Amino acid sequence: MAHSARRDSPELPDLSLLKRLVRDQLIYLLEQLPGKKDLFIDSDLMSPLDRIANVSTLKQHEVDKLYKVEHKPIVSISDQICFLIRPRIQTVKWICDVVNADKAAGKFRRYKIIFTPQKFYACEAVLEEQGVFGDVTTDEWAFYLLPLDEDIISLELPEFFRDNFLAGDQRWVRTAGSALHLLHSLFGPFSKVYGIGRCSKMTYESWREQVEQGEQKARHAEIGNVFLIDRDVDFVTPLCSQVVYEGLVDDIFRIKCGCVEFGPEVTSSDKSIKVMLNSQDKVFNEIRNEHFSNVFGFLSQKARNLQTAYDKRRGMDIQQMKTFVSEELKGLKQEHRLLSLHISASESIMKKKTKQDFQELLKTEHCLLEGFEIRECISFIEEHINRQVSMIESLRLLCLLSVTENALCLIRPVSCAGFRQSYGADHLLTFSNLRQLGLLVEQQPGETLTVMESKVGKLVNDRTAVKLTDAFSSLAKKSHFRALSKKLNLVPKSDEEYDLRVPRDMAYIFSGAYIPLSCKIIEQVLERDSWTGLEEVTRLINGHEFAVTGADPKSKSDAQRIILVMFLGGCTFSEISALRFLGKERGYKFIVVTTAITNSSRLLEALLDNNV
Amino acid sequence: MMKSKADEEDYWNSSKYNAFTFDDADDELSALKETKKAVNSIGPLLAEDGEEDWERVSWSGEPVGSISWSVKEMAASNQRADREPAFPKISTETPSLSKSQSGISLSSLFKGKPKGGNLQTFNDVLGDSSLRLYTPELRKPKSEYKDLVSDWSAEETVQRLQQGKGVTLEKFRSLQDKLLLLDLAVAAHDGNAITAVLIYLKRTLCKEVLFRELESRQTALRHFIHYLTESREQRLLLELLRALGRTEEAALLQYKDYKNIADENKRRDFLKSCLSLQFGGEDGNHVQDHYTLLERQIIIEAADRKAEREGKLEVFQKFPRKASILNMPLITTLYYCCFYHYNEPEGTFSSPLNVRQTFKISEKQYFTTALAARAKLKNWTDVDAMFNSRNWLGFSKKKSPLSFQRVVDILQKNSAPTRVLQEYVGLVSDAELRIGLAQKHKCHDIVINTYRDMKDRQQLAEYRKKVERGSAEERKIDELLSNQQIRWKN
Repeated sequence: MAHSARRDSPELPDLSLLKRLVRDQLIYLLEQLPGKKDLFIDSDLMSPLDRIANVSTLKQHEVDKLYKVEHKPIVSISDQICFLIRPRIQTVKWICDVVNADKAAGKFRRYKIIFTPQKFYACEAVLEEQGVFGDVTTDEWAFYLLPLDEDIISLELPEFFRDNFLAGDQRWVRTAGSALHLLHSLFGPFSKVYGIGRCSKMTYESWREQVEQGEQKARHAEIGNVFLIDRDVDFVTPLCSQVVYEGLVDDIFRIKCGCVEFGPEVTSSDKSIKVMLNSQDKVFNEIRNEHFSNVFGFLSQKARNLQTAYDKRRGMDIQQMKTFVSEELKGLKQEHRLLSLHISASESIMKKKTKQDFQELLKTEHCLLEGFEIRECISFIEEHINRQVSMIESLRLLCLLSVTENALCLIRPVSCAGFRQSYGADHLLTFSNLRQLGLLVEQQPGETLTVMESKVGKLVNDRTAVKLTDAFSSLAKKSHFRALSKKLNLVPKSDEEYDLRVPRDMAYIFSGAYIPLSCKIIEQVLERDSWTGLEEVTRLINGHEFAVTGADPKSKSDAQRIILVMFLGGCTFSEISALRFLGKERGYKFIVVTTAITNSSRLLEALLDNNV
Repeated sequence: MMKSKADEEDYWNSSKYNAFTFDDADDELSALKETKKAVNSIGPLLAEDGEEDWERVSWSGEPVGSISWSVKEMAASNQRADREPAFPKISTETPSLSKSQSGISLSSLFKGKPKGGNLQTFNDVLGDSSLRLYTPELRKPKSEYKDLVSDWSAEETVQRLQQGKGVTLEKFRSLQDKLLLLDLAVAAHDGNAITAVLIYLKRTLCKEVLFRELESRQTALRHFIHYLTESREQRLLLELLRALGRTEEAALLQYKDYKNIADENKRRDFLKSCLSLQFGGEDGNHVQDHYTLLERQIIIEAADRKAEREGKLEVFQKFPRKASILNMPLITTLYYCCFYHYNEPEGTFSSPLNVRQTFKISEKQYFTTALAARAKLKNWTDVDAMFNSRNWLGFSKKKSPLSFQRVVDILQKNSAPTRVLQEYVGLVSDAELRIGLAQKHKCHDIVINTYRDMKDRQQLAEYRKKVERGSAEERKIDELLSNQQIRWKN
C-alpha cells in the first residue's frame, strides 16, 4: 500500500485567514473603549493571543499595561480596565470584587469584559448578583478557531473535555457548532457530514440551525467533507505512549499552542528557548510524522547533506561566492540551527526514556492492546504503583488496562486501593471521576454481575453481550475494545516483521502494534462513503453515528478530497500523524479541528480532582 | 480584506437591526399553542411511551444502522423546500432520553425559523467587512432594550438565549411555563441556555419543587449540579444530592472539603466527622484509613520533631528530615518509618510493622518500600537480612516476593556498590536477563560464570575483550578457555 501513495493530493485552503479575522475583531473591540487602558488577560488565553497579535498591536490600540488575571487585588492605576477572559464564574466573581473594592475606595474607572469565545448567562448573572451589572460593559470576541498549522486548527478549549464528558454540561456545543459554521462560511459549502458520538450529533444540529438561520451564497467550496467524532468514542488511543516524533515531543516537553519550550538540557546552555513547531520548520516538517526510531537516521543524513552544501563554497570565485552568500547561506544557517536543535531534543528524549524503562513500559502497553500476557502486565503495573513511580503514568496504565480488558474485574491484585496508598487519599475523588467517565471500572465486592457478564460475553458472541449491557444500564459505560479490535483488525498480526521505515498502515504510529481506533473508523467510513457494514462497530461504540448529505457538490472538484475532521474533546498528535499518513495513501488531505491538543497526561490531569 | 474605517462606521450606524421578524406569525402562534396544550395535558412527569408523534424515517434512503432519523413534519419540510438545499436535521437524543422531555413534539420547536435580521450569520464573507461578521452583538444593549418589552414565546425566548441575546424570563410564572422553557432549552442542546433557565428557576421556585422536577430531567440536572459546583454553592448542592437520594456523591462532596482545612488537627477532626457519612463501596474504608493515617502522622510528627530538636537520635543528625510527614501518602509514610524507625517494636505507632498491620499493606508492597528505605541508608546488613529465610533444616536461602531483577533495579537506583549488586544479580534466574544485568552493572564474575555454565565459548572469548587487561577477570577467562574439561558447545 505504501507504494501506491497518491501524489496528486489537493491543495489545502489558506487557514491564516482565520487569524486575520480574529485580529481585526479584537482591534475593533479594543477601539470600543477609546483611550488608554490596562488589559488583564486570562493566563490560558495568553499563548493563543500571542499567535494572532503581539504587544505592539495592542499598544497601537492604546493598551497601556498588560496583566495576567491572578485572582488577587489589582495594582493598576489606569482609569480604564479591560478584562479579556474565558467565560468562567470564578473569574467574573474576581472582577466583581475588583469593581466593588474600587467603589468602596471611591475610585472611579471604566470596566469592560471581553468574553471569548462567547459569554455565558451564568457569568452575567454573577455581575447582576454582585451589583456591578451596568458598571461593567461586556462584549464577546468570537475567537473560536486558532490555526496551529496549515492542517491543524484548535479551539484552545481544553475544558471542553471535562465539561462535556464528565460534568455533562453542554455549554460548548453551541461554540463547536459556531466554529463549524465559521469554517463552513469561509471554506464551504460542505457536501457531506459524517459523525459519531452524542456531542458530535448535537454539534451538527447546532451548526445546521445556524446555517438555516443565515443566508447561504453559492460559492466555490474549498472543503468538501466533514467528519465529527467524540473523544469518548476512543479513549484507548490517547492513553497510549506516543512514539511519533511530534507526539513524543508533546508527551515530554508539552507543546503549547504550537510552540515548545526546550529547557537547558536541550539547549545545553543555562537558558530555555521557545521554538515554534510547524510546517515552516523544514527540518521538523520532515520528521514530525516519523516513528522515533527513524528520526536519528534522518537527522544524520540531513547533517551530511548540509555539510555538502557548505562545502560547495570551496573553489568558488568571487561572483559565485557572492550569490552563495546572498541566496543560500542564510537558508543553510537556519537549517543548521534547526537541525542541531532537533538533534539535541532527540538526545534528551532518549536520555529521559531510557531512564524510565521505556522499553518495558511500551511492551506492557502493547501486550494490553493485544490482550496478551495480561498477568505480566498487571504485575508490572502493580510494581509501578508500589514504587510510587510517576502518578500519571500509573493512572494511565490502570486506565488502559481497564478500557482494554473491560474492567479490572478478574484481577484482584491491582486494586485501586494500592494506588491510593501510594499516591495519597485525595485520589478517592479522582477515581470517582474516572469511574463516572468509564475510564476505570473497579469491581466492587459483591458485584457479581460484571464477572458474569464478561463470562457470558466470552461464551456468546458480542452482540449478546451488548444486549446484556444495555439491559443492565448501570453498567452501560463499558468498553468493548477487544471486540472492536477484532472487528476492525486494529492489532496487526505480531508474527510479521513491521518495517517502521516503510509503514504499511496507520499502526506505524504505535510501532506497528495498534491502529488508532478513531482514525480507523474515519478510514472505514470514508472508504464506504457511509456507515454501511459498520453496524456492529457502531453498536459496540454505543452508536450515535450519522452521515448526511447537503447540497450536491457542483463538480467533482478537489474540495471533495479535503476532509475536515473535528475532534470533540481533543485529539493527539499521533492521531494527526495517522491521518496525514492516511491522506497520503488515499489522496486526501485532512484538516484537523480539535477542541484542544491532548495527550495521556492532559487527559488524566483534567480528571484529577484538584482541577476544580 | 478590511474595509476602511469610514465604511465600518457607516455600516454600524446604518445597521437597522430589525430583530426577529416572522415570516409566518400564525404558524408560530399555533405551534406555541400546540406545545402549551401538550404540556398542560400531559404533565411533565407522566410522559407516556407512545409519544412518538414525529416521524422517523431513514433519511435519503441511506441505511443508517440503529439510528432513526427524525425529520420535520411535512409542513416544516415543505417550508424549507424552496430554500437552499440544506442539511437534514437528525435526532440528537436517544429515544429513551427524549421521553423525559414532557412529551413535547420536538418537531414543533423547529418550525418557522426567523430569517432576516439575524446578524449572527457569516454570509457573504468575502465581500463584506470581516468585522461585521465577527461582531454580531457589539451594539446590542442600546438598540435592544426596547425589544425586550415585547412578548416572546417560550420558543422564541430559548432561541434568543441560544443566540446570546437579551431575554426576560419573568413572564414565565406558572410551573408549566417554567418547565416548558427548561425542556425547550434542553431540546436545543445549548448548555448556556439550559443554565440560564436553571438560574431563573432556582431564583423563582422553592427547592423542593425544583429538585423534584429536576429528578426526571437528567440533562438539566447535570447542568444544575455543574453550575452549583462552579459557583461553589456547596450547601445547596448537598441538599440537592441528598434530596435525590444520591448520598454517596453527597458524602464524597462533603469529604472533599478537607482540602480547605490547613490545620492538621482540625483536618483530623473533620475527617473523623466524615466517618459517619454514607460512602459507596470501598470508599468508606478509605476515608477511615485517611483518618487513621493522619492521626498517626500527627503523633509521629510531634515525637520526631522533638527528637530531632533534642538531637538524641543519630539518624536524625545524619539524615535530617527534609519535610514533615503530615499529609503524605501511606506508602511515603511507610518509607519514612522504615527509614527512621525500622527496628522499633511492633507496639509503637511509628513501627513499620505496625503501619503494615494497621493498613493491611501487602507483603510485596511492604518489601519494596522497606528495601528502598534501607538501601537509601546504605544499610546493607538490613537489606541482606530481608531476603533471609530458613527452611526446616535450618539452611538459609535468599527469597524475595519481588523479582530479583526488580531488586537489583531498586538497589542500583539507591547507588548500591557493585559488591552488593553482584549478589542479587546472581540470583536472577533467567540466564539471558542475568547476563544483561551483570554486564550493565559490571559484575564480571557473574557474566563469566554464566557463560561457563552455558558452555558458550564464543561469547566468553568475546567478553574477554571487554574486561581490563591483566585483571583478575581476564585471567579467569583465560583459565576457563584453556580448561580441557569443559565441553564447549561452540
